[in-house]
Amino acid sequence: MSAASRRAAAGRLLGFLRKEGLQVRRDPSSIALALVMPVVLILLFGYGVSLDAENIPVAVLLEDGGAAGRDLLGRLEGSRYFEPVLVTSSAEAERLMAEHEIEALVRVGSDFESDLGGAPPAPVQLVLRGIDSNRARLVSGYLEGVVGLWSAGRAARGEPAAPPAASIAPRTWFNPSLRSTNFLVPGLVALVMTLTGALLTALVVAREWERGTMEAILVTPLRPTEFLVAKLVPYYLLGMGGMVLAVGLGVLLFGVPLRGSFLALFVMSSLFLLASLGLGLAISSTVRVQFVAAQVSILSGFLPAFFLSGLLFDLDSTPWPIRWISHLVPARYFVSASHTLFLAGDLWSVLWPDALALALMATLLIGVARRRTGARLGD
Amino acid sequence: MLWLRQVLAIAVKELLMILKDPKSRFVVIGPPLIQFVIFGYAATFDVKDVTCVVVDEDRSAESRDLLARFTGSGHFTEVARLDSLDGAAALVDAGTARLVLHVGGDFAARLRAGRPAELQIAADGRNSNVSGIALGYASTIVSAWSRQLEAARAGARTAAGLPPAPRVELVQRAWFNPSLDSRWFVVSGLPAQIALVVVMLLTSLSVAREREHGTFDQTLVAPVDSLQILIGKALPPFVLGLFDGLLLSALAVVWFGVPLTGTLAALVAVLATYALAVIGVGLFVSSLATTMQQAMLGSFMAIMPFVILSGFTTPIENMPLWLQHATLANPARYAVAGCRAVFLEGAGLGDVLRYLGPMAVMAALTLTLAGWLFRYRTR
Repeated sequence: MSAASRRAAAGRLLGFLRKEGLQVRRDPSSIALALVMPVVLILLFGYGVSLDAENIPVAVLLEDGGAAGRDLLGRLEGSRYFEPVLVTSSAEAERLMAEHEIEALVRVGSDFESDLGGAPPAPVQLVLRGIDSNRARLVSGYLEGVVGLWSAGRAARGEPAAPPAASIAPRTWFNPSLRSTNFLVPGLVALVMTLTGALLTALVVAREWERGTMEAILVTPLRPTEFLVAKLVPYYLLGMGGMVLAVGLGVLLFGVPLRGSFLALFVMSSLFLLASLGLGLAISSTVRVQFVAAQVSILSGFLPAFFLSGLLFDLDSTPWPIRWISHLVPARYFVSASHTLFLAGDLWSVLWPDALALALMATLLIGVARRRTGARLGD
Repeated sequence: MLWLRQVLAIAVKELLMILKDPKSRFVVIGPPLIQFVIFGYAATFDVKDVTCVVVDEDRSAESRDLLARFTGSGHFTEVARLDSLDGAAALVDAGTARLVLHVGGDFAARLRAGRPAELQIAADGRNSNVSGIALGYASTIVSAWSRQLEAARAGARTAAGLPPAPRVELVQRAWFNPSLDSRWFVVSGLPAQIALVVVMLLTSLSVAREREHGTFDQTLVAPVDSLQILIGKALPPFVLGLFDGLLLSALAVVWFGVPLTGTLAALVAVLATYALAVIGVGLFVSSLATTMQQAMLGSFMAIMPFVILSGFTTPIENMPLWLQHATLANPARYAVAGCRAVFLEGAGLGDVLRYLGPMAVMAALTLTLAGWLFRYRTR
């Protein structure tokens, strides 16, 4: 390529970039989507989505009026996980459970005190409301912990209760308090970038076709690659802006630690954003109708980024076809990298494979978009 | 009479417009089915096959027996067995293993001496929910094993003429969902959520599409009043939303094996009232939007908080109190709770009245507001 034609290409590209930049600036709805949605999403998820149960209302039925039972009740009252309500009969507890007033019933049988000194173990019965099975499991785990501590406390005071022969000493790395916000916010960054990358970009080219402005571009000497680059750059900047907003809010407002380096975060987000932009452009250059483009991008971009990325639901526990499909979702790799970057630091054993997968997907998707655009412009 | 016939004529025309256009037809049937099946499988809080590294420094009969319980439980999969803790952290860092099970060198010696022995467990906290639940499983396995050991010891103590060591045992039972299967929890709420998306998209786009295509003026000059147009536009999404909701409910029972313990009448009542409330919101968005893109973004902005703050995936009880109060104005909250009551709690028409009431009030409010806005904007 001669110097003159290179200069001409640069001129074309700059001119078109300017047009795209102006279009974004003058259409407030794209800026709203790219910059307001991240804030809305982070606030919505940060406050609205939590897997940490506290102040769980439980009914306590003390059929044994003895001191041991009351002591256990005191333990429950002292725990931040429970808000015990004393009931006098199982019928009352059943009624409260049916009315959603309580989530569990702790029943201390009438022989509790005497059983404590005897050979068969003294039973504490726990009835759970199983509708939300995840929560029910947490409640049972917490209660086991409270009963264990109570037992150990009694043993230490020399009262009847034996410490178990063996127990576990749990320790959690990266997120010692198991705070679910620390787990959710890093994943959310993927959702925010998917919105800009896939949804907004899918609408952009489709709109040019629908409004007939594509024809105006077709008659300019702009090359397909230049067209693509000019479409990529403004939305890349918007997407990175959304990412910075989301990360900033996550760290400052919700106190999520960011243990990795900014550089690594920047590289990983760029790769993921390019893959998302590629998806958006591939969609919109294939289907030329905004409505369909939006549908397809929600179905292939947004929903998988939510359900098949490990952002909320654990992929390793899903059936194998779902796990297999999830390997095709770019968000999966970014969510894994983001969890590591926020909570663990720059662990290259995680980041390298994720970066490689994202780079591959970005190249592939942008390649598809390039081919589609080429075919259309050549028509 | 004529008034009603005119309404019906508009409704039939709208319904035909949706059903004759292959793209809209696809939106009504395709994505709901795909989403239902994928989310039904992917949205799980159950934890299976947790990968773990085993570090057994004791290599005694006791430690082998205890560790075998882990792999035998079906919840854990051993991915590596190491002689010391040295390589364990790297495996967790890379995400190859999620737990480190570490038995110290004095485990069996302590047990034989009657001193408490510990199994050290380190969990990867990047996914707080999975590690929390996995630690719960581990604790259950160890206490069951410990109980067996104590029972054997108690036998020895009685033989030696000593009193048995007292213990407390937690006996648990879950109502409504005895196996604590999270698929029941997710799938029972899913028909309402997917119906929400379908109804919202169809209603919000119905007016915006006519505006963008310029056919709205023709509708306005037809010899009908704006109330008739409004009802005519509301009927088809209502019918299609209800159809989708019931179809997916049938799939929940047939495909996912969720029990329908309540009455069909209650289910229909919940879904129908919910559809009305959503239509009100959709028409409200529709009358504000001038282009389809705005309508789509508007409905997206409404769908997100509705779904996230409905208690569909994460409990409302975990939210901060002010947000819990805000969810009282979210129709999806009542629909999800209502559907779960019908599916899992055996609710009849009388039992779901508490959910129908708030949704009916919301439907009345939003429909009136949409009607007023519609008339105001068409003038």
